[in-house]
Amino acid sequence: MGSRASSLLREEDIEEIKKETGFSHSQITRLYSRFHSLDKGENGALSREDFQRIPELAINPLGDRIINAFFPEGEDQANFRGFMRTLAHFRPVEDNEKNKDLTSGEPLNSRTNKLLFAFRLYDLDRDDKISRDELLQVLRMMVGVNISDEQLGSIADRTIQEADTNGDMCISFSEFIKVLEKVDVEQKMSIRFLH
Amino acid sequence: MEGAWEIAFVLFQVWLSIVVGLIVLPAMFGVSLGFTDIYIKVLVKTLEWATLRIQRGQKEQPTLPSQSANGIIEKDDGSMEEEIGELRRSHPKNLAGGDFTMCDAFYFCKKGIENIVEDQVTQRFTSEELASWNLLTRTNNNFRYISVRLTIIWGLGVFIRYCILLPLRITLAVIGLSWLVIGTTLVGLLPSSNAKNWLSDLVHITCYRICARGLSATIRYHNKENRPKKGGICVANHTSPIDIVILANDGCYAMVGQVHGGLMGVIQRSMVRSCPHVWFERSEMKDRHAVAKRLKDHIADKTKLPILIFPEGTCINNTSVMMFKKGSFEIGGTIYPVAIKYDPQFGDAFWNSAKNNMVSYLLRMMTSWAIVCNMWYLPPMTRQDGEDAVQFANRVKSAIAHQGGLVDLSWDGGLKREKVKESFKEEQQKMYSSMIVVNMNESLN
Repeated sequence: MGSRASSLLREEDIEEIKKETGFSHSQITRLYSRFHSLDKGENGALSREDFQRIPELAINPLGDRIINAFFPEGEDQANFRGFMRTLAHFRPVEDNEKNKDLTSGEPLNSRTNKLLFAFRLYDLDRDDKISRDELLQVLRMMVGVNISDEQLGSIADRTIQEADTNGDMCISFSEFIKVLEKVDVEQKMSIRFLH
Repeated sequence: MEGAWEIAFVLFQVWLSIVVGLIVLPAMFGVSLGFTDIYIKVLVKTLEWATLRIQRGQKEQPTLPSQSANGIIEKDDGSMEEEIGELRRSHPKNLAGGDFTMCDAFYFCKKGIENIVEDQVTQRFTSEELASWNLLTRTNNNFRYISVRLTIIWGLGVFIRYCILLPLRITLAVIGLSWLVIGTTLVGLLPSSNAKNWLSDLVHITCYRICARGLSATIRYHNKENRPKKGGICVANHTSPIDIVILANDGCYAMVGQVHGGLMGVIQRSMVRSCPHVWFERSEMKDRHAVAKRLKDHIADKTKLPILIFPEGTCINNTSVMMFKKGSFEIGGTIYPVAIKYDPQFGDAFWNSAKNNMVSYLLRMMTSWAIVCNMWYLPPMTRQDGEDAVQFANRVKSAIAHQGGLVDLSWDGGLKREKVKESFKEEQQKMYSSMIVVNMNESLN
């Protein structure tokens, strides 16, 4: 942190990020400070190791999946735009009332996009379907060694059974939305950013 | 040419005698001529003015980012059970608490993202952010040009700090350290006696007092009646090497540490001639039993000075107290906890060893405004029955954190350099598993 950090972020960049994500000017500069302090290599982008250095994230059972969400397909570096775009999913929905100057199209923090973020946590190979195998792998991450393969298998089977409506033994995004339609996604997948 | 050299030499002598007469000698006798007090008062007034000026400037130019030292986000601190329970309540499936739902992942996801934006640990290893700028370039986060007057004051500050205070402070530091080396070597020549101990204490204290003046240190001591006694262990939170100067200004301690080479080594060797300190070779430090034994022997001898230990094991940025390593709490004896809190407005005392080496750190210290801190001596503590070393360490840590107004963390200061242990993740996984399996047996029937 230091004057160097904020001087690397130009006003035009801030304006573009504001339009794309809906964050306010001061939120963007503060998140840039945070981005800069995580960037130990000082090369303007974060690697997976930079994220792993946060102890509370490293002990999170789904830590690796969350970190993965910041990296576009096949890439190893997350730049600040990408960082903000991913964080924008977690802006509270009410904040949209204040920022009417977003570009057309669905804002990043809509209910659907929040659910899509969660869906991608499960969808390991990014083929828009959660297979039994993928569900098992993610379950295994969450429970560690504490539950046997058989028990975990039956949990996975039951979950797919309840969600799967078209009989393909996988959960598609629309099936995912249907199962969770009563869950308060807006509140549970939002973070209160201070202004 | 010769005339110029003579004049320079005379000026130097005058300079030196002023310094010695007005600063070194009063310091050694513990007398204050009041210069530092006046300086601090003027400084406080100037900084207050600067803060008001910046706030006014921010109101006039709304695009300037405001400097608030609050966090970036507001977190809920619900437990895993509470949060996942809430998530499941809105799920259509009629669960009697237990079993898995796809929305469980939301809890981990939200926690993870919160920690990416703001976490409790990594912020402790960099300097604390100030609520308002204190006219030092190094703490300048989002400063934009506000007014001519502010910039002039800042420029004046740079001149005063680098051209007046810095040479003065370096002179004092050199005098102080030379006096330490020479004085302790001389005292070391004496045979063991009460006189020797008294002289040794005198040399140490006077040296540290000179060094404290060399940093324009203003220290307020609280509860002096709890000062550590011989045969005890003094334990304090660690922010920088300057902690030693602060502590030793008001008492004599036996230092504990690794043997160094170079200048540090010279100081260490001469110090140990006049009174026993505990210096370990690198190889000895690995053997925990040998370390414990030497410390035990030291405190068993009631004529030796109390040991000074920093159980965090590394420098933390003075906003929190991190895990105390249990080693010092296993050797027995009475623990005298001390809480040290620096006022960051006058100078940031934290040593970020990743960013600065010792020399550049000391230069930063000597070009700050001043070092202002509060030191509290807490009542002595001993291990109670049924309490193990870890619990005792945590109890002492809480007392220090509470007194100093610091956040009490269980995280290990070693996370500055090392990875977190896998066992913490396993704990999380276990906790979550118990939420799925609780009614597993029932539903399988």
